[in-house]
Amino acid sequence: MMIDAVLFYVFAAIAVASAVVVIGQRNPMYSAFALVVTLCSVAVIFGLLGSPFIAVLQVIVYAGAIMVLFLFVLMLLNVKREKDSPSRGQRTLSGVALALVTVLVLQAGAVLLRSRPTPAPDYDASTFEMAKILFSPHFLYAFEATSILILAALVGAVVLAKKEL
Amino acid sequence: MENPAFVHHAVVLSLILFALGTLGVFLRRNVITVLMCVELMLNGVNLAFVAFSRAQGTLDGQVLVFFVMVVAAAEAAVGLAIVIALHRHRDTLDLDAFNLMKG
Amino acid sequence: MTPLAEELLVTFVKIVIVVGALLGGFSVMTWVERRSLAFMQYRLGPNRTGPFGILQPIADGIKLFFKEEVMPVAANKWTFLAAPVVAVATALLATAVIPYGPPFEAFGRTLQIQIADIEVGLLFIFAVTALGVYGVVLAGWAANNKYSLLGGLRSSAQMFSYELALGFSWVTLILAARSFRINDIVDTQAGGFWHWNVVVHFPAFIVYFLAATAEVARIPFDLPEGESEIVAGFHTEYASMRFALIQMAEYINMITVTVLLANLFFGGWHSGVPGMPESLGGFPLGFVWWGLKVAFFLFVFIWLRGTLPRFRYDQLMQFGWKVLIPVAAVWVMTFAVLWVVVGGGPR
Repeated sequence: MMIDAVLFYVFAAIAVASAVVVIGQRNPMYSAFALVVTLCSVAVIFGLLGSPFIAVLQVIVYAGAIMVLFLFVLMLLNVKREKDSPSRGQRTLSGVALALVTVLVLQAGAVLLRSRPTPAPDYDASTFEMAKILFSPHFLYAFEATSILILAALVGAVVLAKKEL
Repeated sequence: MENPAFVHHAVVLSLILFALGTLGVFLRRNVITVLMCVELMLNGVNLAFVAFSRAQGTLDGQVLVFFVMVVAAAEAAVGLAIVIALHRHRDTLDLDAFNLMKG
Repeated sequence: MTPLAEELLVTFVKIVIVVGALLGGFSVMTWVERRSLAFMQYRLGPNRTGPFGILQPIADGIKLFFKEEVMPVAANKWTFLAAPVVAVATALLATAVIPYGPPFEAFGRTLQIQIADIEVGLLFIFAVTALGVYGVVLAGWAANNKYSLLGGLRSSAQMFSYELALGFSWVTLILAARSFRINDIVDTQAGGFWHWNVVVHFPAFIVYFLAATAEVARIPFDLPEGESEIVAGFHTEYASMRFALIQMAEYINMITVTVLLANLFFGGWHSGVPGMPESLGGFPLGFVWWGLKVAFFLFVFIWLRGTLPRFRYDQLMQFGWKVLIPVAAVWVMTFAVLWVVVGGGPR
């Protein structure tokens, strides 16, 4: 559909622009706001790719929970703007180099994959189908294990952040 | 349903987001911003998973995204708790300040 | 017209109707609330502008419009400007997936006043209310004022906590309807009123009602704006139209949770009386039942405000985490077991 394609490129542009703001800002508060915008536009793209469940999950988990946690900590610690540091130029250089290498390697992989003929499958990513896969024996134990992971993270966070128990 | 043409471009977008996240980890000196850049990288990966899942016509990629999100939530909770503990000890969030194994 | 253009036109008209109705509902609600509260307290309330004071919202609007826009010197300019917009945008976004009244036949097609009937409807509302926290956090932080920040932190912690209970209360409904789509959940309640979810899922209803009251920060859970402690909470520094926007967001949220209450627990547009005709002279009666239910529950929120005192903040958090969420969790497990026993089970 035409509209889907147009929306995809619009939100892709928004995602990239706000991601640039995330890494270019010295004020962490603005970085956090920009990251929320990136996450929401990626959620829209998930929706356009035909996975409404993942799209909504992205907003609930990332934008609604994780980023609020970040903002809470930023407000709590009253974080200031970043100062200049002596190693800045060197870090920028190595960062750009690594990012470029990553892109090239991964792009090569993507090109290889593209040369494979992709079928035009009957794609049904409804919540019902998702649940069937998630609760199939293949993923069920991993799913149950994540609940233990979350519990461990919860206890760990409380132990680390609390002044005295 | 036909595969839309932008599935390949979604993979490219995921690359760009991942690369920007990598760059941010190097560029920024604030622990919290660095953590946010890691989230950005994870998001790039998630987008690649969803795009490949769409191209392949299977849902396994989406289930993996689900697990990545769970791990990201746990990571953020523990990571921010560590940041708070660090801030209590050293009164700064600058990564360069944390250069001792014992403090 | 091509099918696509037709679809776009229909959607556009729906958006205009829903947003218009919500804005109208917001202004009428401010008047109804002030008048009813006044009567509950042996006062008259606003009764000067127009018959019974019905034009009071317009007068308020004109006043707010011409007031000076004040911004604190130390405020963070862009964030301060963005906060009310974010609040209203998220509030309006949540209204997009809710059905307002029954499907009806008109212009040779089946129509329903619902902007988007998406598959993950309830989850979408959950996601957008999660985003609603940002409006409050931004407003509280940007003003650079102690009371604003305290109010913002209180408010976001409260919304955060009660959102969990709110989501939990929906789980059994989703389980019974096998769908996140609000229309499907309404349709499971067709027939007599004993099919309504308020009967079948009574504990879930109690949890939803209390959590929704707290989520939209109405008395007795309006701690974010505890005037006697923190001036006006996160919107202390807001004046004129920006203040009006924040108020609007709050009222729209209240209307959203009320419409959801009627749809999810009280049978939506189903009358609850077996044998009641579907329509009268071509007019679908569902709108009447639905409207009555929504109006009644909007009034209940005002009634609560006129009746109950405010909680203390620690009581509020204790109640949310130690009472509502455990009750909701136990009910989910109980219902799941019962559901399998009576043969609901997986498909």
